[in-house]
Amino acid sequence: MKVLVAVKRVVDYNVKVRAKADGSDVDLNNVKMAINPFCEIAVEEAVRLKEAGVASEVVVVSVGEKSCQEQIRTALALGADRGIQVETEGAVEPLVVAKLLKGVVEKEQPQLVILGKQSIDGDNNQTGQMLGALANMAQGTFASEVKVDGDAVSVTREVDGGLQTVKLKLPAIVTTDLRLNEPRYASLPNIMKAKKKQLDVFSPADLGVEVKSHLTQLRVEPPAERQAGIKVASVDELVDKLKNEAKVI
Amino acid sequence: MSLNFDSARLPNPHLTNDHNAWREQLRRFIDTEIMPYADDWDEAGHIPIELWPKAAAVGLLGLGYPEAYGGITEGTDIWFGWIAAEEMARIGVGGINASLMVHGIGLPPVINWGSEAMKQAVAPAVLAGEKHISLGITEPGAGSDVAGISTTAVRDGDHYVVNGSKTFITGGMRANWVSTAVRTGGEGAGGVSMLLIPTDAGGFSRTPLTRKQGWWASDTATLYFDNVRVPVKNLIGEENRGFRVIMTNFNGERMGMAASMEAQARVCLEEAVAWASERKTFGQRLADHQVIRHKIAQMKQKINATQAYLRICYESIASGQPNPGDIAMLKVQASETLEFCAREAMQILGGIGYMRGNRVERIYREVRVNAIGGGSEEIMRDLAARQYGI
Ligand SMILES: Cc1cc2nc3c(=O)[nH]c(=O)nc-3n(C[C@H](O)[C@H](O)[C@H](O)COP(=O)(O)OP(=O)(O)OC[C@H]3O[C@@H](n4cnc5c(N)ncnc54)[C@H](O)[C@@H]3O)c2cc1C
Repeated sequence: MKVLVAVKRVVDYNVKVRAKADGSDVDLNNVKMAINPFCEIAVEEAVRLKEAGVASEVVVVSVGEKSCQEQIRTALALGADRGIQVETEGAVEPLVVAKLLKGVVEKEQPQLVILGKQSIDGDNNQTGQMLGALANMAQGTFASEVKVDGDAVSVTREVDGGLQTVKLKLPAIVTTDLRLNEPRYASLPNIMKAKKKQLDVFSPADLGVEVKSHLTQLRVEPPAERQAGIKVASVDELVDKLKNEAKVI
Repeated sequence: MSLNFDSARLPNPHLTNDHNAWREQLRRFIDTEIMPYADDWDEAGHIPIELWPKAAAVGLLGLGYPEAYGGITEGTDIWFGWIAAEEMARIGVGGINASLMVHGIGLPPVINWGSEAMKQAVAPAVLAGEKHISLGITEPGAGSDVAGISTTAVRDGDHYVVNGSKTFITGGMRANWVSTAVRTGGEGAGGVSMLLIPTDAGGFSRTPLTRKQGWWASDTATLYFDNVRVPVKNLIGEENRGFRVIMTNFNGERMGMAASMEAQARVCLEEAVAWASERKTFGQRLADHQVIRHKIAQMKQKINATQAYLRICYESIASGQPNPGDIAMLKVQASETLEFCAREAMQILGGIGYMRGNRVERIYREVRVNAIGGGSEEIMRDLAARQYGI
């Protein structure tokens, strides 16, 4: 079984992002970039499927500028077999990413596609679902457990009320939630081996997709600064403030 | 821009994506396998033995050693080693690095001067984290004056009979082998040999040195040799040529220590800046008081100088032209920087810094072992002065 994993290059989760002074975007100058954490969980799940003998090949794909090859290499160091970069310029919105991924799905014919449920930059939570619709594949989103069984996959989903398990016929799409697994770290020898693994580059035209944008970003501004807390002298004062200032009771 | 461990590192044009990937993955290893336990291990004075195979698997133990013996050289260069030293220092528990990486001083004599059979017997097991090797030079009666050691190895057929003792030996309690300086000839440097002594040999015993100022996690020991019979084939290099083996070992040790000290100084800076940005006195953040701002700037100034000097020395090693005098002075530059930054960070933290369980408090206690071990500041200056032909 072939598994396709999508990874995105995003600002490292440790970085405190800042808006540009002119409010046009987030300031990415000299900022540390990394694989989106949910995508990393997706890579880990695919590698585990391979180690368990369920998957025969793990292909990792990223849509982005040349720099995203760094994240593809990381995924290769973590155990993926080969990489694909779909070269685009600037920000690409979820629908376009989904269309490009559909093109890769058609080329590669994977039985299972694993994506992060969202990326920590845009927080869109759309790409996996859109890909499911475009490629006409069953989808199990927000997975906290994935079990492949013959030509089906059981996905336990984290939903509001608790856990829901769905059984999908392969080929299928899974998006990962935080608790699916704990991604490993790559060893130095595997970092070196990753450099020799195959990495193909396609253009959107190769996949028959036209990159269009349907969204315009108006303004990026930081969230309002949180005000410092205060100490109250008595329970009465607390109740009074909750009632009259915070207006929560 | 905030001033922290990473942002306080000057740009290094030699670093590529491969180096960044190594730093990122190594940091993950450390943050998963070491950081959460580091404090407890230090208080317990003990590191679990399972850490060694894990450190081997991630590539930390093997880095820089020949592939033929289980090491990793392919695609790497000296900058990978610098990164490893920095990331290990970031833990802020010096005893963990000292003990986990002690093969960094114990193994090179074997790799560089040992017989093929010795290398095969020792290196793969050590680099896999299954066995342990220490370096035994210092004695109760001789430290800086390496040529003054008095542990003897007297030839008896195809064995040496070893008598004497070694002290302050890092990793000594756990070691399976000790690369040991012994006297096989007359007085002075010309009578010193290096001998690989297995610790399961009859007549060998050891006691732990637990009550130390710092490096608690490290198993420092005193070793005793009472008529220990060691095969002649365990000689590392030639008989009575051991002094050269010891001296060539020092450059690597000093570079590693200097890199570690600079990074420990950066840990102090990071902690001090974080605290100064939050703590308020007299209606202002500490960081708003000019006296504190100057302390921080001066820490960064010294750290910058040490980093730049480190890079120059690494470059000289990479080009095959290391200068031992400059490396000796680099070690002093680094220990003085560390001493200054540990002091100033402690001052900025105030009373809270004096409480155990924070990195600055521990680093403060570990300044001296860095300024004394691996060649003390005085000895380093003396070496440099002689080398510069003053
Ligand atoms: C925690 C720890 C771990 C260690 N691990 C190891 C290890 O793994 N293996 C090992 O072999 N050793 C180890 N050492 C020993 C270390 O290398 C020695 O402590 C160091 O070389 C200094 O020797 P000494 O302690 O005998 O001091 P001494 O040589 O007695 O020196 C005392 C002081 O006098 C100064 N001094 C000495 N000679 C001169 C001179 N000619 N001119 C001016 N000043 C001078 C020194 O700088 C020092 O300040 C370790 C030490 C410690 C504390």
